[in-house]
Amino acid sequence: MRILLAFALASVMFASEPRYLNPIELAVSPDGARLYIVCEGSDELVVVDAQSGKAIRRVRVGRVPKGLAISPDGARVFVANAWGDTVSVVDAASLQVAKTYRAGFEPTSVALAGPALYTANRIGNDISVIDAATGEETRRLTAGRGASYLAVSPSGNSLVSTHIYPNIGPYRTVPESELTFIDTHGSYVQSRDRIENAAGMFHAAFSKDGRLGIAAQIRPKNLIPLAHVEHGFALGNSILVFGEDVGEPVQLLIDELDRYYSMPFGVAITPDKRTAYISTTGADSVTVIDVPKLLAFVRNLSPRERKRAGNDLAAASHFVTRRIDVGRSPKGMALSPDGARLYVANRLDDSISVIDTRLNQVERAIPLGGPEPVTPLRRGERLFYNAKFSFQKQFGCAGCHIEGTLDGLAWDLEPDGFGIDIVDNKPLEAVDGTEPFKWNGGNPDLETECGIRTEKFFYRSQSYSKTELDDLVKFIKAMPARPNRFRAANGELTAAQERGLAVFERTRRKNGAPIPDELQCGTCHSGPKYTNQQLTHVGTRKPTDRSSSIDTPHLVGIALSAPYLHDGSARTLEEIWTVFNPKDQHGVTNDLSKDELNDLIEYLKTL
Amino acid sequence: MRYALLISLLAVPALAKDPAPPEMPRFQWENFTTANGLPDNKVFNVKVDGNRVWAATENGLGLYENGKWKVFRPADGLVHRVATYVDVDKRTHDVWIATMGGLSRYSGGRFDNFTQLNSGLPNDVVYGVAVKDDYVWTATAAGAGRLNLKTGQWSLYHERNTPMYEIWTYAVSPGSDKVYYAVWGAGVLEYDVKTERWKDYNDPDGETEMVLFKDQGLVHEITTSVSYVEKEKVIWVATYFGASRYDMRNWKNFLQKDSGLPSDFLNQVKAVDGTRCWFSTDKGLAYYDGENWAVYRPALDSGKPEMLVRDATGKVTQAAVDTAPAHNYIFGLDFQGDDVWVATARGVSHGIRVK
Repeated sequence: MRILLAFALASVMFASEPRYLNPIELAVSPDGARLYIVCEGSDELVVVDAQSGKAIRRVRVGRVPKGLAISPDGARVFVANAWGDTVSVVDAASLQVAKTYRAGFEPTSVALAGPALYTANRIGNDISVIDAATGEETRRLTAGRGASYLAVSPSGNSLVSTHIYPNIGPYRTVPESELTFIDTHGSYVQSRDRIENAAGMFHAAFSKDGRLGIAAQIRPKNLIPLAHVEHGFALGNSILVFGEDVGEPVQLLIDELDRYYSMPFGVAITPDKRTAYISTTGADSVTVIDVPKLLAFVRNLSPRERKRAGNDLAAASHFVTRRIDVGRSPKGMALSPDGARLYVANRLDDSISVIDTRLNQVERAIPLGGPEPVTPLRRGERLFYNAKFSFQKQFGCAGCHIEGTLDGLAWDLEPDGFGIDIVDNKPLEAVDGTEPFKWNGGNPDLETECGIRTEKFFYRSQSYSKTELDDLVKFIKAMPARPNRFRAANGELTAAQERGLAVFERTRRKNGAPIPDELQCGTCHSGPKYTNQQLTHVGTRKPTDRSSSIDTPHLVGIALSAPYLHDGSARTLEEIWTVFNPKDQHGVTNDLSKDELNDLIEYLKTL
Repeated sequence: MRYALLISLLAVPALAKDPAPPEMPRFQWENFTTANGLPDNKVFNVKVDGNRVWAATENGLGLYENGKWKVFRPADGLVHRVATYVDVDKRTHDVWIATMGGLSRYSGGRFDNFTQLNSGLPNDVVYGVAVKDDYVWTATAAGAGRLNLKTGQWSLYHERNTPMYEIWTYAVSPGSDKVYYAVWGAGVLEYDVKTERWKDYNDPDGETEMVLFKDQGLVHEITTSVSYVEKEKVIWVATYFGASRYDMRNWKNFLQKDSGLPSDFLNQVKAVDGTRCWFSTDKGLAYYDGENWAVYRPALDSGKPEMLVRDATGKVTQAAVDTAPAHNYIFGLDFQGDDVWVATARGVSHGIRVK
């Protein structure tokens, strides 16, 4: 109940703000006449006349829409509502929502292949296969962690899914993501390409002939100490090139030696296969790639060079021809059917940039009619997603806190000694009121966490002004927690969750002996966000930790923030107690039966 | 004259033909061992998925496809080398493998492993697994576990929340309405999907060595396998002391001494329907069509291919065959159209139906 209240308060805070549209994805109607623009901020599908730029209709869809697909005949537009767990089916003639289909947890992208709709369910880590006519979900396919973006091959025979988080692997090993290939005839997972050293992967696109695929991705350097930032020492903004044209997939940086293009997100390849475009959200630009030069470069690489190409900061000079400045936080893109125009959704400007692909320059911007005043919260959001403050603009907050969440990685940060104090990255939703920050509690507030510390140890560059820092902190504090999928809408707990609550609240062991206060779950994990905001010892200190004192983390959304413990060494919630609590220092759990531990975890998932 | 009449009367039966043995399925057997690429000759279970055949063996998981065996072991991602059972999700083709060290899911080339440490799996010693709708049911040495594939929730069933008094669950056979467990030492357990209630079926005489009340209930408590025919609401049960069939009203027990079972020691039972069933025993593979029996094996004495047919009257005839399954110790089987694939103690046998 307390969590619901906190969520409601955060929502109200956000609600009192003007409601910016936040266009995130768009598609062009098959006849090229219309733009369909998904606006996640206003829960709308905005329909615009492509020629005049005038809005035709604003269609209310579900909560936080994030993706869309258009039927080949243009008659229907499917919108994935990420926080509603639904797909809105919009009739293109009437521009009304004709039907609403249920999908999995957090459908972020939707694609149509044959008679089936596919949604990539970010929190469920799976892909729903839905009968496009009836809305019945016929099966659920196992994907990777954070399945988010789908692309259908031109033949329609296969579908690829990318993932914004790496799959959880052994502790302190090379992160690995995957491309999940789905056979659309049988609707099953055909294969998975393991992509080493890739953490977040975003949009993918195919060339018209289906022989070339390009995916946007981030290559993290989380296994080495963040001793400096130059030479791509923190994050590599890159693309993955795959398909028949290249054989074994190859990762290539789109960064340059002394300038980086943060948060590659959207991908579009012109029908003539001469040009590819990558939107770089943190750089407020679109990177232009000469595809023939790209292919020539890749084909000239030796097998050894192919493996190392992902670290070559000189590579981009071979195939990147231009960077086009667009609006703030460019995200999804779409080409007109003839390839003459590229439309770019500028999420934090509430506008669409229209790029003439012959000249590769912006010919105009289409305002979508978002609120005029730019509030401190809005300014803060713009700062969060922009990389301009870091050295050579390599990364911004959102590079590690993807859409305000996490990156699924543990890092060696700050000058505390190489290999010392490895720390797990945590999501930023619901952090307001949970100070201090840093796993050792060393930062008393967000102003310190995001200000001095970030500038000095992460960005190693320009400082935020006081106003900028205030705005940024305001934005982070206002981030609402996403809906909890494991708790019933009315707040009632299932029988297993009730039993788990009883375990969480217990004050006696099963043999009747009292549990000391400091070992009761509710002592440290108390308050509206399940943290008493104190330092404590839970027996999880590693030889590489300077101290055993840990700032008690909050538990809101804990189900989604694997791995766990201060250094990310517990891959699942179970392991917190089955592996890392041999002496009952992190709560008394060794007298629990297996099903009692399962119940506790079922309860924790509701927080 | 009277003697002639008497002789002619006596000769009539001799001249009349014996009824022909019943027509039973005939197979050409093709056998696979490690020499063919099978990971191990001791094969606990096989599962057919279209043109693919999975084999759970003592030293790895095998996949037969396009005429070749591919092997998966812990180095490839399988959670433990001893694979005890395999099932395939018909909707997604995800493969679930029960092992002696946890549960693996193989999907699109990736293994995901569930152990009692990293998940809600009740125990790492997993004997059986079955996928039905959005649930994965496991039979482990410490009770039953059910994974909800959509929410990730594990539900555990044991002696404290079911009628089972032994928690060594050995096999599971789920339907949409009921789920059946073979509980080694505790009979059969039935789970009603709608009411979420459990019910047990036990041996009414409670006798380990004898069957005192034939056809009054389950033939024995030490059950190793159960096969549920949802359409006809029939269960078949394998035990170490015979087999049983139950149609929710009447029990029918099968013993070696009065049926075509070559042995009372059964490892698996696999129904075709409510009338026909296959039995995997330590002395051969048996098939029952509701009246007649057939046994397929290398002869126990000579090792030569043998097919025995027993009709409804109990008469046993030997059919002429030149191939047999790889061994008489049968762990289980699965169907591929009219063909059968058989897990034996000395390899995998493919029974190609010829008649």
